[in-house]
Amino acid sequence: MAQKKRIPFQDPDSETDIVAQVVLPFDKSLEISIKSIKSRFLRNMVTVTSLILAVSFLAYILIGSDITNGIYGSGQPDLMKMLEKSGYQVGGSAKERWIVILSLLVCTVGIINAQLMAVTERFREIGTMKCLGALDSFVLRLFVLEASMQGVVGSLLGALAGGVIAILLGMLRFGFDAIKFLPLSDIGISVLYSIGVGFGLSLVGVFYPALIAAKMRPIEAMRVEE
Amino acid sequence: MPDTHTIVRVTGVTKNFKLGSTNVQALKGVDLEIYAGEYLSIMGPSGSGKSTLFNMIGGLDKPTEGKVFIDEVDIAQLDAFELAWLRNRKIGYIFQTFNLIQVMTALENITLPMIFAGVHNDAAVKKGIELLDLVGLHKRYNHKPQELSGGQQQRVAIARSLANDPAIILADEPTGNLDLSTGEEIIKLMSALSKERGVTIITATHDYKMLNASDRVVWIEDGLVKKVENRDQLNIDVGCIRMA
Ligand SMILES: Nc1ncnc2c1ncn2[C@@H]1O[C@H](COP(=O)(O)OP(=O)(O)OP(=O)(O)O)[C@@H](O)[C@H]1O
Ligand SMILES: [Mg+2]
Repeated sequence: MAQKKRIPFQDPDSETDIVAQVVLPFDKSLEISIKSIKSRFLRNMVTVTSLILAVSFLAYILIGSDITNGIYGSGQPDLMKMLEKSGYQVGGSAKERWIVILSLLVCTVGIINAQLMAVTERFREIGTMKCLGALDSFVLRLFVLEASMQGVVGSLLGALAGGVIAILLGMLRFGFDAIKFLPLSDIGISVLYSIGVGFGLSLVGVFYPALIAAKMRPIEAMRVEE
Repeated sequence: MPDTHTIVRVTGVTKNFKLGSTNVQALKGVDLEIYAGEYLSIMGPSGSGKSTLFNMIGGLDKPTEGKVFIDEVDIAQLDAFELAWLRNRKIGYIFQTFNLIQVMTALENITLPMIFAGVHNDAAVKKGIELLDLVGLHKRYNHKPQELSGGQQQRVAIARSLANDPAIILADEPTGNLDLSTGEEIIKLMSALSKERGVTIITATHDYKMLNASDRVVWIEDGLVKKVENRDQLNIDVGCIRMA
């Protein structure tokens, strides 16, 4: 991101240009983000927990339906009867889908709220960085990086928890047949899908707050707390 | 003072703030020339417009009317990138509330502007340590701001403001949150730095101790420059204040 151009402050006749760059290298951004996350560990854990809950619910529903689909596809009459009794529908029920979508929505709103609070709390820090020469993009990058790290952790843990719970409950219902007819590729896809959705949600959640932070003028940041 | 060229030129600057339906005019037409290498104090009662003027000079806010030139460049004409460059290289800021970044150590606070300037990490750390030594904070490199006293935090902030060898240091009430003797030390440090390094220092204050260190004092009242005094004219005034 090293930009080079002539800065108006140099002597117009000078041969050599002042190196006009304002940069924040990636490893430094990462270092700062990790520091921020550590210093606000508890609050970050709350955000991550809400993500874990939502993603684990999604993974639970997806893998649960992988299990029933596997059993449905097995063609074994006694198992099919059990399924029918429990009201199985191919492709999962609409109600389930709604609950999943709702839980994801609630989670996103929670993330936006938490990130907005983080921005307010860090007004002074952001303003100071801008006084030191930070560009809008640096601030944006820091927030997105932090959200990504939260997103990765939350989604991984959530997908793992949801998958384990779904398989355990499946085994409770169908015994070992639950995993016998369960294709590994289906689980893989469901887990990846859950992780992807979780990660996406944290990015969607941070987008608006990060934009506010990035656009903030240093003077506004300096005025707070007077 | 060798080669006294003008580094900051303020011409006809006014600033209006809209507060609901009322209009507050914080600056009512300020003209000011600040010379390279001088230590300039801006004095005035609370609410007279010192901070507002500072923010204009520092490129943190735009005047309603009038212009601010730094090195004869009209800073209203700069784009976002050039402004960031200006804040990064040309100007060092010192705040009343120190404004160190709490999650970073003293040393990291000082290296941050150098990192922004594209300085290699090792070089930044080396210079950061030199600067911390310069402001008298030996062996405090890895302390977080919360672990430092107010005076020590302000020293870190001074070191940080020097990180990229700026031409101008803007200090808005740098001693406002410090006790008397600590404030005095900070002022001594700043005036020594201005002499040694030839940095232009501009401070706002209600602190009369600041006057002794200043080359010139600008008195502001109610958004207007009331008078500008050189150091030799000053002593008389300081005497009067002491007697009063
Ligand atoms: N953002 C703002 N919105 C509205 N009014 C403002 C704003 N900033 C400053 N003012 C007004 O402008 C005037 C000058 O304020 P300023 O902060 O420049 O004073 P000051 O000389 O720095 O005072 P102090 O010594 O208390 O710091 C005040 O009347 C203040 O109320
Ligand atoms: Mg002020």
